[in-house]
Amino acid sequence: MKAVKAIRTPGGLSVRLDARAASVVTLLAVAAAAVAVVLIGSGDFPMSFGDVTATLLGNGTAAQEFIVQDVRLPRVLVAILVGASLALSGAIFQSLSRNPLGSPDVIGFSQGSTVGALTVIVLFSGSSLAVAGGAVAGGLVTGVAVYTLAFKRGVQGFRLVLVGIGVAAMLTAVIHFLITKANLVDATRATLWMTGSLDGRDWAQVWPLAGMCAVLMPVVFAHGRPLRMLEMGDDAAYALGVPVERTRIVLMGSGVLFIAVATAAAGPIAFVALSAPQLARRLTRSPGPNLAPAAVMGAALLLVADWTATNAFGDRMLPVGVVTAVLGGGYLLWLLVTERKAGRI
Amino acid sequence: MTAGTDTDRVKDMRTGAGATAAHLTENSRSTTTMQRLTAESVTLGYDQRVIAEDLSVEIPDNSFTVIVGPNACGKSTLLRALSRMLKPTKGRVLLDGEAIHSLPAKKVARTLGLLPQSSIAPDGITVADLVARGRYPHQGLLRQWSPEDERIVEESMAATRVGELADRYVDELSGGQRQRVWIAMALAQQTPLLLLDEPTTYLDIQHQLEVLDLCAELHESQGRTLVAVLHDLNQAARYATHLVALRDGRIVAEGAPSEVVTAELVEQVFGVKSQIIEDPESGTPLVIPASRRGVGAKVS
Amino acid sequence: MLVESPPKRSAESASAPATPKRHALRALGLLVSCGVLLLICVASIAVGAKSIPLSDVWDGLFHSTGSGNDVIIRDVRVPRTLLGLVVGAALGVAGAVMQALTRNPLAEPGLLGVSAGASAAVVSAVSFLGVTSLTGYVWFAFLGAAVVSAAVYVLGGSRGATPVRLALAGTAATAALYGYINAVQLLDAAALDRLRFWTVGSLASADMGTITKVLPFIAAGLVLSMLLARPLNAMEMGDDTARSLGAHLTRTRVLSMLAITLLCGAATAACGPIVFVGLMIPHVVRAVTGPDMRWILPYAAVLAPVLLLGADVVGRVVTRPSELQVGIVTALIGGPVFIQLVRRKRMAQL
Repeated sequence: MKAVKAIRTPGGLSVRLDARAASVVTLLAVAAAAVAVVLIGSGDFPMSFGDVTATLLGNGTAAQEFIVQDVRLPRVLVAILVGASLALSGAIFQSLSRNPLGSPDVIGFSQGSTVGALTVIVLFSGSSLAVAGGAVAGGLVTGVAVYTLAFKRGVQGFRLVLVGIGVAAMLTAVIHFLITKANLVDATRATLWMTGSLDGRDWAQVWPLAGMCAVLMPVVFAHGRPLRMLEMGDDAAYALGVPVERTRIVLMGSGVLFIAVATAAAGPIAFVALSAPQLARRLTRSPGPNLAPAAVMGAALLLVADWTATNAFGDRMLPVGVVTAVLGGGYLLWLLVTERKAGRI
Repeated sequence: MTAGTDTDRVKDMRTGAGATAAHLTENSRSTTTMQRLTAESVTLGYDQRVIAEDLSVEIPDNSFTVIVGPNACGKSTLLRALSRMLKPTKGRVLLDGEAIHSLPAKKVARTLGLLPQSSIAPDGITVADLVARGRYPHQGLLRQWSPEDERIVEESMAATRVGELADRYVDELSGGQRQRVWIAMALAQQTPLLLLDEPTTYLDIQHQLEVLDLCAELHESQGRTLVAVLHDLNQAARYATHLVALRDGRIVAEGAPSEVVTAELVEQVFGVKSQIIEDPESGTPLVIPASRRGVGAKVS
Repeated sequence: MLVESPPKRSAESASAPATPKRHALRALGLLVSCGVLLLICVASIAVGAKSIPLSDVWDGLFHSTGSGNDVIIRDVRVPRTLLGLVVGAALGVAGAVMQALTRNPLAEPGLLGVSAGASAAVVSAVSFLGVTSLTGYVWFAFLGAAVVSAAVYVLGGSRGATPVRLALAGTAATAALYGYINAVQLLDAAALDRLRFWTVGSLASADMGTITKVLPFIAAGLVLSMLLARPLNAMEMGDDTARSLGAHLTRTRVLSMLAITLLCGAATAACGPIVFVGLMIPHVVRAVTGPDMRWILPYAAVLAPVLLLGADVVGRVVTRPSELQVGIVTALIGGPVFIQLVRRKRMAQL
């Protein structure tokens, strides 16, 4: 019985504790914080590790204060929140579809946000705020459409995935249409947006993200246990007393919101949603959606990717989406090979 | 213990229990004592396709009820309705006198367990972890793993003899072992009523008997009410205390196997001519299908 | 796996030669389909930014006088229609072969990333190697298509492969390849401008040169596919049955993959990735012919161009005077068909 441990109070309360998962979360959080400090310290105005921590604690010079508070801190916070949101969305959908590839960037939800944003860019040449609004709206509409189309005496994982794939293909066509319809300036803006970038992100992006996470994270974590039950199939979960369809709607809704708001803030950053939950799972070695480890892993991944994008190529600063796409594509290949060997794909 | 006495004991127990169950059914009809799980003139179907109409059934308390019938007679559908997986289009299923679909999911799950035909073991889950998931309906956000949970999970694994597999991964187990693990999970749910949908499918004869023996043991020693769908009429006759025979969504006969299983019934339900003899092992009815070679020649 | 009333299926494909009457009916159906194809071709020549009366179409084709309409017909509409014919046939047949080879009703070169693989290879060639001519990059298209179709086959043949898993793997691979294509385009603005029209399937830039360059490859692919009809029939009933019927499994697989590569690579090189044609057509055809590849393949070769040219004509009309690329139209038609297919079929759990 080493698998399950719990912290118990004399009053009869008990909370399950997976020691390995807890230490993974702690270590990843520490690593993410360290990378965040490094990231804040790097740039045209380099700052040492000590300077950054001092400034963050309110003991920096005025110039340092300005650079950190107004420029670099919001960007890092956006990276953390977007990474965590994408990863949570990925963990939810991979668990609901019972497939490591059933992540929202594969089954149409990112594409929905992209169509929303590109519509604003290409047809209305809208402001960045309008683009963000378009992305959220596009994501939500896609979420509702996929759920409705997949509904037939309940939504089963495989039908959700396949309908998502069909919708994704249609949306990809719309994306191409919008790009070919655009003039070169808008097309470049659209392509850049589609790559996903953290450049120039400030507090205006932080607050909506933080607000959403504050509301949705408790909801999602509270549904972590029913989600674990759902992995055993609808019948088994229902027999154990999980209100299957309601749980699925709540979780899907949260997953769609997570990816839509994250995409609105930073563009459709590729493959974080796909890889973060899988990497987290491999570290914790425990079955189930691994929500908390996935979220921390997503934040850490995006911070590392952002550091790589801005520092690893000399003077050339790439958008972070290019780095995640290349890393994620490589990871996908590896996943396809190993999962195939295990007979899970 | 010698084989002879063992068989005798089983024989006594079976006939005894069968008589009690039949008696109970009689009783409930005459005095309208409510059984815990009943279906009241339900109409069942998927989409537009109706599978059973105006079907009523009472599961006798403390029985081992087995539902039999040919393919597509609606036996699994009936079990799905009894376990609230399928909502009847008409009529209702009652659990302790209340409509099962209006009860909270967790409350039902503390009274009634189900072993579905197809369950999916999450990747990389251990036996102990999977069995522990059976405690879900008894847990809450702040009561996730009590000492009682731990004790019951251990007991369930011991009862199904999967204790020594506790730390193994479910994917590595054989079919029979895996089925025992799923049964252990359903046991950990600690429900007085347990429904099993074709628990012996895809198992070889040794594992089939193992699973059925386990069911009989649970019924006898722990006094649980079991309802199972089985394919094999002879196994049903041997293990059941109460038999429900379905054809085309209608109940053709129900009662103790020794009373219900007759040559007429077998022909009526399965369309097979047969003779019934006494099972030399258990004394229950044994169906010997008639040779069909002559019949076949006539048809062609 | 999808459950497609197996008894009927095996009874039909395993039965001895079909009755002469059924043969005649199928041949008649094929003839009617050819007639429909002819009508679509005429429509494709007549309809566009500038509508051309049917009498002028006739004159332009057979008694050219060099008038404005004749020039449009000769230099624009006819090449475009011919390219649609060739590419349509290639995609339809490739889809049918792929579905038979993987025994997966959702297999499709566009959906499983074969076209995206060809595109990625072409984009690399254009951006990194400075290849600009079609003759140059058709080879890269073949390379990309071959790599991805081999990967698809390996995945599809693995233990526990289901249609859902294969479709997911293909879609994920497509997403990764498009991510790569986007990144390359982003780093190379000139390439973006050249390629942004090409990464959507389009027949608009067709000329006779393109057609003559890809035609040999597609013709070879079509002939090869037709030769594979019988072994593929045997393969559809499972490896063991096929082997006991005397089919050469490895040879059939390798040749099928070669055919798919030739057909998809050439089609993608000529007009960019086009999705769903290879998915929809075999399903439509099977509803008419039953599961016999010897009939499915010719029907697919005739009906797929009907769909592609039809989609192209629709794309020219709906947003006149600008037009919608045919790849967009097929995706918008094919998406709902795919979803309907998914909703209708009974499928095993993931």
